[in-house]
Amino acid sequence: MASAEDIFCGLLRLADDHLILGQRVSEWSGHAPQLEEDLALSNIALDLIGSARALYQLAGETEGKGRDEDQLAFLRDERAYHNLLLAEYPNTDFAHTILRQFYFSSFQQLYWQAALESTLPELAAIAAKSLKEVAYHHRHAADWVIRLGDGTELSHQRMLAAEANLAPYLGEMFEKDALAGRLADAAILPDPAELQAAFAADRANILTRASLPVADIESRLSGGRSGRHTEAMGHLLAELQYMQHRFPGQQW
Amino acid sequence: MVSSQTTEQRALAVAAAVPDPEIPALTIADLGILRAVEIAEDGGVIAHLSPTYMGCPAVLAIELAVTTALQEAGFQARTERILSPPWTTDWITEEGRRKMAAYGIAPPVPEGRVPDCPQCGSASTEKLSEFGSTACKALWRCTACLEPFDYFKCL
Repeated sequence: MASAEDIFCGLLRLADDHLILGQRVSEWSGHAPQLEEDLALSNIALDLIGSARALYQLAGETEGKGRDEDQLAFLRDERAYHNLLLAEYPNTDFAHTILRQFYFSSFQQLYWQAALESTLPELAAIAAKSLKEVAYHHRHAADWVIRLGDGTELSHQRMLAAEANLAPYLGEMFEKDALAGRLADAAILPDPAELQAAFAADRANILTRASLPVADIESRLSGGRSGRHTEAMGHLLAELQYMQHRFPGQQW
Repeated sequence: MVSSQTTEQRALAVAAAVPDPEIPALTIADLGILRAVEIAEDGGVIAHLSPTYMGCPAVLAIELAVTTALQEAGFQARTERILSPPWTTDWITEEGRRKMAAYGIAPPVPEGRVPDCPQCGSASTEKLSEFGSTACKALWRCTACLEPFDYFKCL
């Protein structure tokens, strides 16, 4: 049986994935390798933050303590964020960014598809909306993975390095702890473990077309779901939360 | 009942005339963002609005513009954000598509088809980027007149 507290925590995990990845992707605004890509990444970031807002609103209403989306997004300490570690992984270079985006979009597409059946109607509505947006992200990122993996010697090397660095984080997406289990049993959130096979198939298809090796999905690095983060997270939050720390309660 | 129906129709006309902040040539009714207008039990007007994209920065501006327009017309007004069913480009009206093309933005075409150039009307166009100046647009180029143009993405 899932309690209101469970639902709140589950929604927070999901919202944090979107906010933290959205913040990461937005770091490319004004810095992307070409103008079209700058626009693409900024738009993807905007979509992710849009989904995060809807999820934080729903989480805040579920919690019922009067916390709004801004308070949830900006006024928590590092350990209270429950995003996947992959979301906070530094942009590093375009290869890492676009491969991370491909992995996330593939995962999110499957996740939202399954969430259409959620017994929580507000979540099913967010899923239907996000699913349409993620289809664009997925296509865009997969195109780049193929183009760069199967591109020049240099782009291939960069993609190999990105794949080697990001692979250890993939298993965390499908971990089913007690909370995820209770939420899946109540059909509120999808069972993450059940998404792994479809994700693995999508990944293998794109990586193969990109002339990249397909390593097994392992769970070597995790902890984000319980608030244990990598070193990169503190730096990300310092920037994300700067305005609210400098001007508490500021609105615009 | 007669008077309440009239109120609803009046409110609908006011809300429907609100222009979209990003594409001011179109109203929010043309874009299918305005779903309905409802008279609440307290007599106030509730405008139901569906965002095109969840992160669209215009969402707040539209909600504010609709509330303001209704208030100026003498209504007690508020808006409600409707996510389900999700907004789709199929909800753009024929009138909206015509205005959009006249404004220089190619209206959405079914998957697999390419949009005609809104400048010269040529069907020989190519995609530059799937993402454009706003969340709802992609960037295309006409290979006949060589002008780049915005294409309203199919969603």
